[in-house]
Amino acid sequence: MRLLVSFAFVALVACMAVALRAQEKNPFAGDARVAKLGEYQFRSNCAFCHGLGARGGGRGPDLTRAQKHHGNTDAEIFHNIHDGITGTAMPAATNGGIGVGMSDEEIWQVVTYLRSVEKKATAAETGNAAHGKELFYGTAGCGTCHMVSGKGGRLGPDLSSTGASRSVEYLEESVRRPSKRLATGLSEPMKDFSQEYETATVVTSDGTKLQGVVLNEDSFTVQMLDTREQLHAFEKAKLRSYEKTRESLMPAYDAKALPEKDLKDLIAYLLAASEQGGGK
Amino acid sequence: MKSVSTGSGGKSRFLASLGMAALFVATTTAAGLFAPQASAQVTFERLLNSSKEPQNWLMYSGDYAGHRFSALDEIKISSAASLVPKWAYQTMAGGKFETTPLVVDGILYGTGQDDRVYALDGRSGRPIWQYQRALPVDIRPCCGRVNRGLAILGDKVFVATLDAHVIALDSKTGNVVWDVSAAEHAKGYSFTLAPLVIKNLVLVGVSGGEYGIRGFIDAYDAATGERKWRFYTIPGPGEPGHDSWEGESWKIGGSPAWITGTYDPATNTTFWTTGNPSPSNRGEGRAGDNLYSNSLLAIDPDTGKLKWHFQFTQHDQHDYDATQVPVMIDEGDRKLIAQANRNGFFYVVDRTNGKLISATSYAKVSWSTSKDATGRPVPDKAAVPTPEGNRVCPGAAGATNWMSPAYDPQTKLFYVTAREQCDIFATAPQPYEAGHAYYGSAYFPNDEAQPFWGALRALDPATGKLKWEWNHTSPAWAGVLSTAGGLVFTGDAEGNFIALEAASGKALWHFQCGASVYSSPMTFAIDGKQYVAVAAGSALFTFGLP
Repeated sequence: MRLLVSFAFVALVACMAVALRAQEKNPFAGDARVAKLGEYQFRSNCAFCHGLGARGGGRGPDLTRAQKHHGNTDAEIFHNIHDGITGTAMPAATNGGIGVGMSDEEIWQVVTYLRSVEKKATAAETGNAAHGKELFYGTAGCGTCHMVSGKGGRLGPDLSSTGASRSVEYLEESVRRPSKRLATGLSEPMKDFSQEYETATVVTSDGTKLQGVVLNEDSFTVQMLDTREQLHAFEKAKLRSYEKTRESLMPAYDAKALPEKDLKDLIAYLLAASEQGGGK
Repeated sequence: MKSVSTGSGGKSRFLASLGMAALFVATTTAAGLFAPQASAQVTFERLLNSSKEPQNWLMYSGDYAGHRFSALDEIKISSAASLVPKWAYQTMAGGKFETTPLVVDGILYGTGQDDRVYALDGRSGRPIWQYQRALPVDIRPCCGRVNRGLAILGDKVFVATLDAHVIALDSKTGNVVWDVSAAEHAKGYSFTLAPLVIKNLVLVGVSGGEYGIRGFIDAYDAATGERKWRFYTIPGPGEPGHDSWEGESWKIGGSPAWITGTYDPATNTTFWTTGNPSPSNRGEGRAGDNLYSNSLLAIDPDTGKLKWHFQFTQHDQHDYDATQVPVMIDEGDRKLIAQANRNGFFYVVDRTNGKLISATSYAKVSWSTSKDATGRPVPDKAAVPTPEGNRVCPGAAGATNWMSPAYDPQTKLFYVTAREQCDIFATAPQPYEAGHAYYGSAYFPNDEAQPFWGALRALDPATGKLKWEWNHTSPAWAGVLSTAGGLVFTGDAEGNFIALEAASGKALWHFQCGASVYSSPMTFAIDGKQYVAVAAGSALFTFGLP
């Protein structure tokens, strides 16, 4: 009897081990208790970039979006946490990586937690994406500075996958009050620094005045894109003046400039673009 | 031979070139080109009198006082602008490269990521030998597979490893002379610091404050590797201070000692600092002051007995490790320890008795708004992490961290890399499980505020007042070197290695290393020519005058 029990236990453990290793299916799916453990793991290991409650931080996307840019299945999310995402700032959850590392079981706890906080926001429910696209490239003028799927300007962040990585509230705030929280270069293939779209005004030694966004900067040099989309690299000591502000070059669109319905349509367009795998 | 396998050259060719290098070293040494001393033997006498041979860098902080100051002055204010790279050595490893190398009689001894150790020709950067620890898969380095350097005595160099071993290597061959295990690495014990040699003993302090270890400082016989004493940084039952822990929490209370200490030969006292209690960001379950976490410890190096202690942060809940080099400063008759602490205060303590002399904030502080009768800042209840999150300054990375400060006896200034950042601390309770992360809370930058930033700050230790600061574009993780040439050297997160005027903070020169600097620089001289060295990315760079 005792032998049988322990055999059953071994078999159970072996099954669990296979399930964990196979990395296909979440062994804890839907378990609210595990989701709570996952929340604590998430806070310790992930919140630094993805924010408390997985709503997105300065660097990491909002993970409560049902449509995730780098894969939606349990297996894909597990893989992305376990191994990191090449070409982005997302590191592998192994020792020496983010936080203090997570075991496979702890990663599944995090996946369970993420599923428990997911919110669906689809283009169709939000507004009229087709009208949003007209606004984007037309009267709202977004396309002058922003690109979606290769079409548009370069001065602001590429918005091809922003719909999948930022909450609707965040997107609304970015349109209404663009300077409140400067956009971080989230959707570009990540560098090991985060671009913040600060505004720079430069007067060169010959008196030429340029305005644009800072692409990168250190104590001695600045690399920027001016409003005519020309790249510049300067040694600060050789400039007549260099000023940087956290006031975005993007105009604030109030309800007069962009009525609430048009804003919803615009965001519906961004959601639709990322649902189609925009920028992928 | 524990050579790192090489790329195109192949092993035999590498060995042949090693042989050549060894032969070259032997001949040149014999000809007296390298060595002011006839032998490369490093005696305790030489360590005690390290200031008499500034061409060498004999221990992690340069001297027993922890000054990270060099009397070399060939590179000076008037010539710094013409510094050029002399050579670079590539470890070919990823991750943070935190080493401060040693230089003895023309040979440079350094460590690298994943517990690499190497000896190089200090003039050319050519390897003489290389050692690579075979690390087990179940090590638990909290914060990168890093190592900060070596200690040397006689003809051995000593390295403390990520799998919690202490190893002596033959300084001429890299062969293992002895190898002892200090603790169970799978339970979260590891070493990242450079050991400190005092007399015939090799002192090390353990890392693992993120894993619920019980911290300790060990001393090993340099000749045999036999452990001579262990000082547990958490008192056991019946020992003074044990009652500063609730219940059984002392067994998993952290208090690591992961930065190299200093030593006062006049009183035969070694000074060590300790890190956070575990779990680092949650006080529930460990009520009390949690001695000797976040403390300065004065220890008899012969016996490991505690002489006195001073606790910087009682019952810490913000990861304010006190693991910054405790710098010995003499002011007239006063024998002091100065420390710019991770908690944002600059402390001056009498090193003969542990009495606090002053505590002055050198960065934005919100965790403490009051002081006790001795002048020691005490934690505010309002700063305790909450489930919703509570904004506290400094953030978890601290107002500074492990990167070394420098004290310049000429300018009488204390130089420290400072960070201005507040974090939101939110609880994330978790049960203790051996070998698993044991934080107890999460922290992340407060994104509503201005972006965080950093500076190199020059403080007057007599008053704690700011003399000047050099603003970094973002917070830096590089330490500081000061030299008799009137210079301080530091690095930044944007990859620059920078020389500044020590008296004013004016930038005189910089070099773009191509990767963030996570190390504390040092300097040495060979044939009367001064070099400055710094690790960045995967490369150890040296610079000198053309």
